[in-house]
Order: sequence, then structure tokens, then C-alpha cells
Amino acid sequence: MRLPHSHPLDLEHGRIDLSHGAGGRAMAQLIEDLFARELGNEFLAQGDDGARLPACTGPLVMATDAHVVSPLFFPGGDIGCLSVHGTINDVAVMGAQPLYLAASFVLEEGLPLAGLARIVASMAAAARAAGVPVVTGDTKVVERGKADGVFITTTGVGVRLAGIDVSGANARPGDAVLVSGPLGDHGMAIMSVRENLAFDAPIVSDTAALHGLIADLLAAAPDVRVLRDPTRGGLAATLNEIAHQSGVGIVLDEAAIPVRPAVAAACELLGLDPLDIASEGRLIAICPAAGAERALAALRAHPLGTEAVRIGEVIADERRFVQMKTRFGGRRMVDWLAGDALPRIC
Amino acid sequence: MKYVDDFRDGTVARALGAAIRAGARPDREYRLMEFCGGHTHAISRYGIADLLPPQVRLVHGPGCPVCVLPVGRIDQAIRLALEHGVILCTYGDTLRVPASGRLSLLRAKGRGADVRMVYSPLDALQVARANPAREVVFLAIGFETTTPPTAVAVKQARAEGLGNFSLLCNHVLTPAAMHAILAAPGGVRLDGFVGPAHVSTVIGSAPYEPFARDHGKPVVIAGFEPLDVMRAIQMLIRQIDDGRAEVENEFTRAVTAEGNRKAQALVAEVFELRDAFEWRGLGTVPASALRLRPAFAGFDAEARFAVPAVPVPDHRACECAAILRGEKRPQECRIFGTACTPDNPVGSCMVSSEGACAAHYTYGRFRVEAAPTETTRT
Repeated sequence: MRLPHSHPLDLEHGRIDLSHGAGGRAMAQLIEDLFARELGNEFLAQGDDGARLPACTGPLVMATDAHVVSPLFFPGGDIGCLSVHGTINDVAVMGAQPLYLAASFVLEEGLPLAGLARIVASMAAAARAAGVPVVTGDTKVVERGKADGVFITTTGVGVRLAGIDVSGANARPGDAVLVSGPLGDHGMAIMSVRENLAFDAPIVSDTAALHGLIADLLAAAPDVRVLRDPTRGGLAATLNEIAHQSGVGIVLDEAAIPVRPAVAAACELLGLDPLDIASEGRLIAICPAAGAERALAALRAHPLGTEAVRIGEVIADERRFVQMKTRFGGRRMVDWLAGDALPRIC
Repeated sequence: MKYVDDFRDGTVARALGAAIRAGARPDREYRLMEFCGGHTHAISRYGIADLLPPQVRLVHGPGCPVCVLPVGRIDQAIRLALEHGVILCTYGDTLRVPASGRLSLLRAKGRGADVRMVYSPLDALQVARANPAREVVFLAIGFETTTPPTAVAVKQARAEGLGNFSLLCNHVLTPAAMHAILAAPGGVRLDGFVGPAHVSTVIGSAPYEPFARDHGKPVVIAGFEPLDVMRAIQMLIRQIDDGRAEVENEFTRAVTAEGNRKAQALVAEVFELRDAFEWRGLGTVPASALRLRPAFAGFDAEARFAVPAVPVPDHRACECAAILRGEKRPQECRIFGTACTPDNPVGSCMVSSEGACAAHYTYGRFRVEAAPTETTRT
């Protein structure tokens, strides 16, 4: 039953104030007129503090991710769809089918309701497209200056697919390293807006939910050993994590690593390495070399993996180094990024 | 990227590497200093060392603006931000340079200092415009490459009457540093220089003539692209084998003999020579840095705030000084890769990606650590 409100929520000109998080009528109105209306589903409609979910068959996987991106809107997406994609991907790279999401919002006093509405609508569209509903949530409001517009934490639950055993600890010497497409689009899209860098060719975020791509891959190549999405820290950090978890080394072929020319040029301008830059819709897969072509074919058959390529090989190396054969025929390490990616002076 | 791809062609690089290997005499050593951190970075990142014969030894020079900045100057900037409450603006990789008391500008930011990263001095001007009630100081560092933009910012600030903008000037000069390296008693043995790229676009090739003429050291000015560096190495080897010591210009697409006169005039209008300046690794070098001319004294943070530069000795175990002079290799430092890493740098050479230690740690340390076992296919 609809609650009685003296004034409708002004989604065009209104702003978040502390009452929207105080547990009173204003908060109920915000939830009802915005969150529930956009994200609505049978579980949210239960209206309780949590969601009652049907029994699952199979081991559960759970992942959570806080999203604090600035700016909130960027070419190719916004914090809303990103918060859905990011957590779906974290569940999916565990070899699981994502089923449900929970979302927690920290809103800053003064946030325009129009912006929030746009974010929630984007989130709802992403969840609908992915078939993974937001079944419960929470909203808090903090004083102006104590947040950056909106922070969204999403938690995802899924069921591990039968017969699949993927883990960052599973890479073995001789395995092939595959990537589903060009790297660094998301990170450079964010940076281009944040730093007011105007490029001739706008760089668009690759944010996307990967569970469909992963399902197709695992159906064709159930022997895939490692799945990861190269988000913060990019390919370099992701592969170093895997090398450490698995106790192996990795050798990449620089000429095979896909990076769009615009991303490469932007990195060049800022003195950054594309290998350190985040993607939000790309997949790293490590599989036995014998099955690499089958896995690549499955990736390329999906719209999100048309540009999939093999970029390297797992080797035995107790030092757990990630190395790269350069285009020149030399070798260099691909190390973890030290601190934040800071532009060079010249 | 179409303009640089030609300078990163792997096929050309391999052919050039083969030509260098075939051309270099096996009975002698070639010790070539790449002065610029940009060259150090390119050499490491593209694995150029793997294409060179063992008798060609690349010696890293002091041409990384972050590396040569002494601790005392960073301390000054931190004090300005923490004690005087200024908005301190500077370039990205300056933020992590270790200062006294386990601080850096980044750590000072965590303690409440208002430190902001900018891409250009004009961004710092914009910060000053947007914060008229605050003092905004631009921590200016760099060689001749970054000096003209700083001069533009100072002139612009004066034209706009921006009373809340000033400069903590640490601009230094390349030829003075090269001279200091060659003049050092018992200094490092060098057979030639890979001359700076961007710096030379401003000052031209003529200022290197004394090194060739008076010191008998060939200089080949090279761009920062990897093929530029390799061609310069080949040209240096030819000069050395011919017994020549000349200034040659590989970077003809950007560098002329006289350089950029307009930029030079701009710098000369705003800055004047300091009598002496402390460099990390090189000590106090006469006539090696710039300060604002009296006409621009109102924009000089050192005159405006009471923050004298206090010399601070480097960490006792840190070998940055010897590495910056080309006397030691990064891996010869006792704390390289142990107490001193890019995540926790003790010395400045481990900070910037142009620093010799950071470049070696990030790209090349697999060469000095135990070799991997053979690849085994499952």
C-alpha cells in the first residue's frame, strides 16, 4: 500500500538531505518512489529487512564490491551499471552463475535527485539485462563533504557450475593465457573525464556483465583453470596475483596483447602503461594449451569476446615473475604497479 | 600513435640490434651514459639491453628530475603545505619522493596537507584562480623541458594580478650536471653520452659542444623512442671506433643546433642563474639551477614564506648518489629490492619510473635473480 506523502518526490530539482537517511517518511518515500520503482521485483516487494530466497542447488559463491568511482558518469557507463557489472563479474569468474544482488547506498547530502535517479535507472537496466535482480538493499545519507556524491556497495550470490573448478591457484606450467578483448578502455575512459582530457576519439568504458560469456566459455572448455577480470591494477596486477597464488611464472607476448590505439595514445600522453589500466568488461582465462583454440573459439563466438586472443603462457618459475617478450625481441618484467598510477613528469 | 609506431618497429629493432652486435669491436668495452630518465625508461621497458652485445654497457645518468631533487627541497614543500596551509600543486611522480621524517608529499596529504597533482603549471594557476582566499604554491621541478611552461605560468599570473600564486622553483640545467659528472675527481669512466631528447628541443645541440671538444666525449642526441635510442647507440659506437668525439643529432625531427629560441627567451625573461644548487647525488653544483628574476620576486615562494632549504643527508645505506653519478648499478646497492622497493622507496631513484632503480626493479630484476627453471608443458 502506498504511503501518504505530503509532496511528491521532486526527481527533477530535488536534492538528497539528511532526512532521506533518517528512517522516517522521507526515507520511505525515497525507497518507494525511486529504488523500489526502478529495481522492483518479487523479492524487493516482500518489503522486509532482508530477502527470502528459494533454495539453491549447489555450492554458493558470494562476492562484494564497493564502488567509489569519480566522476559518477563517464563515457560508456556510470556508477550504477558499474556496481552491477562489477559484482556479477566477481561471482562469475568464480565459475558460478550469479543469482541475486544486494545493494547498499551511501548518499551525500546535497546529491541531486535527478543524478541519483539516473544512476538507479542504469543499475536497474543493467540488472534486468543480466537477469540478476537486486533483492535487498540499504540507504544511508552522510553530511555534505563526507562522501563523493554516492558510494554503492553491491554483494552478489551465485551457484557454482557443476564440474567447474576455477581458481587463481590453478594455473600450471604450459597453460595458455587468453584475454577476451582490448585492455584498459574503462580506466582511460574514467581518466579522460576526470582530468578533462579531450581526445579526438572518445574512449568508452568497456563495463559489461561477463557471466554469459563465461557460461559459453565453460560450456565449450570446462577444463579452464583460472578466470579473472582485470579491474583495478589491470592485466599486470591480475597476472601477478595469479602467478603468486599458483606459484608459477607467466610470459606474455607484447605483440599479441590487444590495446586500442586511442587507449595506447592516451597512456602515452600521460606516461602510463596500458597493462596497469583497469578494464570492467574483459576476461582473463587460463586453460591447458591443448584446449586454448577451443576456448578462444567460444570466446570469439560471444559478442563480448569477438576480439579474444592468446597473449601468453604459464611457465615454471619459483620467483613467480610475470615477464613479457617485447616487440623488440627483448624481455622485461610486468610488475605490480607501485602505489597509484601517477603520470610521469616528462 | 601512427607517428610513433615507426619508431617501435620490432623488425627494424632486431635488424639494428644485429648490426650493433656485428659492428661493435669485441676487444673493447663501450660505456655509454644515457643522461635522461626517459631513455632509461625506454631501454628497460623495451628490453633493449637484450639486443646489445655484452661489451656495450649502458650507464644510467642523473637525468630524472625527481631523482636529483634533494630531500631538503621536498621538506620545504611539505612544510609549506603542513605549516603554512598553502595548496601545494606539483607533477604526479613528485608526490612519492621520500622526504624527512618518513614523509612524502603523498603522506603529508594523508596528514591533512592540501597537496594536488597537476599536469601543467597552468593547472596550478587555475587552482589559484578558483581559491582566491588561499595561497597556492607550484612546486616546479625539471630540466630545461619543463621550465618554459613554468615561465608561461608566472607571466600569466602577473598579467592577471594573481596575488595568491607563487613558485617553489627547482628547475635545473642539463649541461651543468653533465659537466659535474665528467669533472668529478675519480669519476666514472664514460665513452660517450646518449644526449637528452626533450631538453635538446629547447636548448638545441650546440650546448653539448664543450663535452665533445674539451672532454673528448661523443654526444648523440636521441629521441625517447626505443629505435631512437638504439640508433644513437650505434652512432656512438661508430664515433668511438673512429676516434671521433662530436655532437651528432639522431633526433633531427625535433632538435636543431640552436633549439627553440622563443622558449629560451621566455625562460631568460623570467629566470636567472642561481650561484649554486644542491643536487641529490652530485652535491652542490655551481650555476646549475634557476631562480626567479627580481622582477618576478612576488611570485617566489622562497621569498614569500619563511621556509629555508635545510640540507638533509641521504639515508646511510642508500646508494642513490653513486647510482646517479653512474658509479654503481642499482643492483649493487645493499638495500635494492629489500629495504628499498617502489612500494617503500628509501632513495629517490626508486620513486619515478624514470629512476634507474625503479626501472631496473620494475622491468629488469629477473636478470639478476635466479634464472627460472625450464618451461615444462603439461
